[in-house]
Amino acid sequence: MKINNPAIAGTLESSDCLVTVEPGTGSVELDLESVVIHQYGHQIKKVVMETLKRMEVEDVQVHIIDKGALDCTIKARVECAIFRTANQTKNLPWGGAIR
Amino acid sequence: MNRNKKRLRRSMMFLNAQKPGLIIDPYIYKPDSIMLDLEDAVAIREKDAARYSLFHALREIDYRGVERVVRINGLDSEFWQEDIRCAVAGGADAIRIPKAERAGDIKVVEDAVAAAEKEFGVEDGRTLIMAALESARGVMNAMEICDSSERLFGIALSGGDYTKDLQTTISGTGVEMMGARQHMIIAARAAGVQCFDTVFTNLEDMEGFRKEVETIHTMGFDGKSIINPRQISIVHDIYTPKPKDIMFAEKVVREIDEKKAQGIGVFTVDGKMIDIAFYGGAKRTIELAKASGVYKGDL
Repeated sequence: MKINNPAIAGTLESSDCLVTVEPGTGSVELDLESVVIHQYGHQIKKVVMETLKRMEVEDVQVHIIDKGALDCTIKARVECAIFRTANQTKNLPWGGAIR
Repeated sequence: MNRNKKRLRRSMMFLNAQKPGLIIDPYIYKPDSIMLDLEDAVAIREKDAARYSLFHALREIDYRGVERVVRINGLDSEFWQEDIRCAVAGGADAIRIPKAERAGDIKVVEDAVAAAEKEFGVEDGRTLIMAALESARGVMNAMEICDSSERLFGIALSGGDYTKDLQTTISGTGVEMMGARQHMIIAARAAGVQCFDTVFTNLEDMEGFRKEVETIHTMGFDGKSIINPRQISIVHDIYTPKPKDIMFAEKVVREIDEKKAQGIGVFTVDGKMIDIAFYGGAKRTIELAKASGVYKGDL
C-alpha cells in the first residue's frame, strides 16, 4: 500500500497507543515513545514492522506514543491509521492483511 | 441446532469495542456474556477504529469461556454490513441487532452473517443472532421476530429508546416497561427463545437494581444487560438456585420418575401437591444449578 496522506488512530488512554503515519522518504521510519520502552520496546517495534509488512507498506513514517498497549491493540491502531490514509472503510481484508 | 443457543446468559455486560482498557480482560469479572459494542458507545468518527480493535480482541484474547456477542450498528446506518464481516471473521459467538422491528430485519442480517461465514471459512451456523427491541413496533412484533430465524437465540428489551418511543421516561418504578416486558417474555417462551431485560443505568442505586433484577427473574427473563461489573454478582446471586430449591427440585424429579413407573399421577413432596406439570420446572432448576456451578447431585 502506498501512503499518500497523513492519518492518526488511537488515543493516549491507558492500554492504548496513538499512531501517526505520514508519507515516507523512501523507507519505513519508526519513532516510538512508550511508558514501557525498556521492557517492551523491541517487541512493540517487531509488531509494528510485521504489521506494515503484511500490509505491504514499504515507504512510511510512523510515530507511536504507547501507553501500555497489548500487541493486539498496536496492530489494530497501525492498521486503522494505514487504511485511513487510503480512505478505505469497506470490504476490508479481515483475516488476510488484517490478522 | 447450534449447541450454544440455550447456554446460560444471566449477565450480558456492555463494553465499548473501541476502548482497549475495557475489552482486554473483562472475563475477570465472570459475566456470562460480554457485549462488544460497535453502536451507540462508539463515536461516528471512530467506527472504523472500533472494528480493528474488535477483530484483534476476538482473535487474540482468551475470554475464558465468556460468550462474545457483538452489537452491530443499525440497519439504517452505513456501517452494519462491514460490522458483520469483521465480527464473523473474528469469530464472534453472536451478533446483536439493534432497533429490530420486524422479521425481515432478522432475515437481512441472517443472510449477511451466512455470507460472511462462507467468505471467511467459518462453520455454517456457528454465529448466532439476538435482536434488541427498542420501539413500540418492535415490541408489538416480538412474536414474528422470535420466529424469524433458526440462528436467533433471544430478544432483549432496550428501555431507553423504547420509553422515548412511548413518549415517556424511565421512572424507576418499572411501570412504563411493564407491558413490553410481559409481552416479550410471553413471545419468547412461545417461540422457545431466550429473553433479556434492559440495562439499569443508575449505579448509585444498587438496591433499586436488585429489586429490578428480582422482578424480571420472577417474570421469567433469562438475564439482564448490565453496564458495570458491580452489577454482575447481584444478578448471579438472584439467578442461581438456592440449596433448598435444588433439593426440592431433586425430590420432585425423583418422585415423579418413581411414581410414574407405579402409575401414580398426583402425590405430595414436602407437603406440596405435585404432578407431572412440575417436572419441567424442576428439571430447569437443576439444569440452571449445573450451569451456575452449584449442583453437586447426580441427576
